Amino acid sequence: MIRRLIACLAVICWCQAGLAQGITLQEILRENKTLVEKSSRKTIGPVIEEIAASNLQQAQSFLEAWGGKQVWQRRSDGLFFVGTEVAKRQYALSDPDSGDAVGEFTKKELKQLKPNSGVRALIASALVQFQLSDADPAKRAEALLAMERTPSADQLAPLRISIEDEVDAVLKSRKSRLERLLTISFDPDPATRVAAIQSFDGDLGVDVRATLNPLVAKTLNVTAGDLPDDVNIAGLLKSGTDNLDRVQAYDLLVDSNLAPAPTTPTDIRAALVEHIDGGRVAKVSVDQLSDPVVRRQAYDQLAEQSLAPAFVGEEDITKTLNDYTFYETYAEPSAIVTNAANEALTKIELKVGMNQALDLGLDAISLASIYFLAAIGLAITFGVMGVINMAHGEFIMMGAYTGYVVQQVIPNHTISILVALPLAFAVTFAAGVAMERLVIRYLYNRPLETLLATFGISIALQQLAKNIFGTQARPLTAPGWLDGAWVMNDVVSISYIRIAIFILALIFLGVFLFIMKRTRLGLETRAVTQNPRMAASMGINPERVNMLTFGLGSGIAGVAGVAIGLFAKVTSEMGNDYIVQSFMTVVVGGVGNIWGALAGATMIGFLQKGIEWGNPSNTLAAQTYMIIFIIIFIQFRPRGIIALKGRAVGD
Amino acid sequence: MRTSFIAKNPSVLIFLLALAAFTITVTILSEGFGIGIISTSFIKTLGKTLCLCLIAVAMDLIWGYTGILSLGHFAFFGLGGYMIGMWLMYERTRLIVTEALMQGQIPPTDTEIIDGIGNQIFGVVGSSDFPLVWAFADSLGIQLLLVLLVPGLLALVFGWLAFRSRVTGVYLSILTQAMTLALALYLFQNDSGLRGNNGLSGLQNLPGVEAPQSIVSMWFFLASAMALALGYVLAAWIVSGKFGSVIRGIRDNETRVRFLGYSVEGFKLAVFTLTACIAAIAGALYYPQAGIINPAEIVPIASIYLAVWVAIGGRGRLYGAVIGAGFVSLISSWFTGGQAPDIPLGFFTIKWVDWWLVLLGLSFVTVTLFAPKGIGGLFDLFKKDGDT
Repeated sequence: MIRRLIACLAVICWCQAGLAQGITLQEILRENKTLVEKSSRKTIGPVIEEIAASNLQQAQSFLEAWGGKQVWQRRSDGLFFVGTEVAKRQYALSDPDSGDAVGEFTKKELKQLKPNSGVRALIASALVQFQLSDADPAKRAEALLAMERTPSADQLAPLRISIEDEVDAVLKSRKSRLERLLTISFDPDPATRVAAIQSFDGDLGVDVRATLNPLVAKTLNVTAGDLPDDVNIAGLLKSGTDNLDRVQAYDLLVDSNLAPAPTTPTDIRAALVEHIDGGRVAKVSVDQLSDPVVRRQAYDQLAEQSLAPAFVGEEDITKTLNDYTFYETYAEPSAIVTNAANEALTKIELKVGMNQALDLGLDAISLASIYFLAAIGLAITFGVMGVINMAHGEFIMMGAYTGYVVQQVIPNHTISILVALPLAFAVTFAAGVAMERLVIRYLYNRPLETLLATFGISIALQQLAKNIFGTQARPLTAPGWLDGAWVMNDVVSISYIRIAIFILALIFLGVFLFIMKRTRLGLETRAVTQNPRMAASMGINPERVNMLTFGLGSGIAGVAGVAIGLFAKVTSEMGNDYIVQSFMTVVVGGVGNIWGALAGATMIGFLQKGIEWGNPSNTLAAQTYMIIFIIIFIQFRPRGIIALKGRAVGD
Repeated sequence: MRTSFIAKNPSVLIFLLALAAFTITVTILSEGFGIGIISTSFIKTLGKTLCLCLIAVAMDLIWGYTGILSLGHFAFFGLGGYMIGMWLMYERTRLIVTEALMQGQIPPTDTEIIDGIGNQIFGVVGSSDFPLVWAFADSLGIQLLLVLLVPGLLALVFGWLAFRSRVTGVYLSILTQAMTLALALYLFQNDSGLRGNNGLSGLQNLPGVEAPQSIVSMWFFLASAMALALGYVLAAWIVSGKFGSVIRGIRDNETRVRFLGYSVEGFKLAVFTLTACIAAIAGALYYPQAGIINPAEIVPIASIYLAVWVAIGGRGRLYGAVIGAGFVSLISSWFTGGQAPDIPLGFFTIKWVDWWLVLLGLSFVTVTLFAPKGIGGLFDLFKKDGDT
């Protein structure tokens, strides 16, 4: 009884739905029964489109169920239902239109629709319009992302429909941007496309360029007669000029079967080898064939006897090339669109170029701050005290390894870095003081020997680090909040770690200036540097001051080591990478002056980036040319950019 | 003239006699020419050591006598090796390629041979065309000339630039180090035309010579000994005359020598260029014995090691440089070759392969601090007046 009632109700509902919207999914499916049952990618398209275009609310969930292989056909009456497995081989079916439960059936009574991957792809693309208007913004964003990755013409219509109802402002702007991009690529009306192109005037997005570039992609064509009228011609080319080299032009002719392939020495050789007959080829003895002239004669003989194709040389190529007209066509047939695209691209390129210059500048600043960090300790020990410390690079390495060890003890990266910075200072400060007490103080009057002794320490420290930490690179991981980059647009971006290093360099500069200009130690250091005896007679202990100053310079190198270790690998040989550059930074900038080190680092950083830009993908060459430049620069300013004047110069 | 020069410098005679005795002993004990106690590979090590002694003499001339701590002489050494290596590699490849092409059914043309050589040599850096620097690689005579000309010209130009702007002392050292680094980085590039970091290889085979390595190594050993003898005599002759007095004066007080009317820059440039040429000859003899040369040989640290040898041996005396280079390089290869016995300390075993560089570095510091005259200083204990 109840069942009948429900059935009646169902029928009424079904009728109402059918009356209200004219048609139901079940009807559509039944009309196309054969197509649905034997669904293949080639034939099912119209059915899916009909379902998608039916404006039925249940269409989306049904298509999803279909794509998920959850649609079943009842064998008894051939009707289609959405089914879920409730027990083994037992399925609960529900009506595709109303969603009402129809009952439970065993697998024997049912037949599953098994859409293959091609059909599922069609269903997925039909689902796009539903996903674009989905209630969940995350799903909408996901659908949008999928469309941005694989744009196609059939997305345009559903996208346009979904824009108006979009409530999320961010998604709306993304949708309208994608709509304009799709318009450029797929809209049938050239004027609309031109308008869309112009709407992207000066836009730096990679997606814009990716959309515009295929429009203006050129293909090389050739014709013997007049230019065809029905294509969008980019321009005429003359072979043998910069635009089109001879080989390329002739290859096109060969590929189009308009000319015979040129005869290469390899061809000649192959033809001759093929026709060796009793030690002779075309009556020429094989022994004589080491001479190219003889080879050519023999080949011509073969050609006369039709044993080889006729020789095609440079003269023939020139003659043939003159008979043909070369021109380039755009892939896009509409000239208005390609003109607009070209114009837009030119403007975009200009803006991209300016932004690249900005990006390069940021890169250069960050490189300069790295050099500055590496050199600032040296600016104290070498610049102020005049001690050549070849082990400076090893102090940087010690600082970096200190950071690594701290990270092994303290797993939290933020805290470990905060602990590592002062600890690295302490460790290298101690090492510096020890080195000054044990070695350097005996060598103050013998700078060249200081160089050699500290080099001895350098190789000992390097090998020691290798023995302790092994040869493989150790990671020094930056805290999570330094991951990622500050992205201004698709062209300009800078990683947070580089910004942090820049800030660290500024802090160091401030600390250095403060110590040198505002503290007792700085005053005493300057006094001892200028005149140790006079300073001693004023009650300053030069030995103590030298020790502390050297320790300070070494300590700063250690802190720099932690910073450098954050972006470079920590190895026992990392000091080698910085020692020569550091010395050059100090020498180029001007010894004995922190501003000199700053100027030197800036110049070297910008120079290196500039050379890399002019000669991309070749850092080695950039470094080479930079060093050569520095050697020449020293000719003109032997005392650096910022030279000390007067008595402070000393010798 | 010559007799009086030798008579004035008995140490030169002693050195030559010692070198001759050493060479003859080694020859008698060698595999190639003698009774075969010394293996061919050790002959090569000895021959290479003699070349290192020669460049140490050059280093002593520029640093010990003129006071210029050049950290670039190993670059000249390497360049000399590259110049001879180009011919060795080209000629050997040519022979191999020609032979292979002759196996074909028709004899090869010159173009085919050159293309084949190009493919063989430059295939490893993804090219097959000969760069411009290889223009004379087919001529032994010109390449031998280039062994002297290329490093000589580089030294001349670099020295002229550096000395005329009065770059002195440690600044000059850093500048020479920069030059070395630039050269090494340049050679590391694949498109430098010298096979990038692959370098040149197979140099131990003399093209067109059928003799076994045991004989060839003896030739090179004897040639190295001869070169060392000539270089030593040349250096001794230079430092014993007035020229020697002037450059020692520059070392001790450059300003005073300049005020005496000498062209300090000219003297420095002459010594710098001459020693660069000596270094290049040493390199040209060294690398055929080593068999391979690559840019890693030229990195600045090699030149610093050179200075270390000279300092340990005792700078300012030529035999000191020879002793330093011979002693340190031989002992280095003994320690790093794994032949030195490990020292068990109970809780820790000292493996010399790992700890040798620590020992070298520290002993170097010790020598600099406490024995500035180096090993050569020991000789002063036996005689009253030093041989500056």
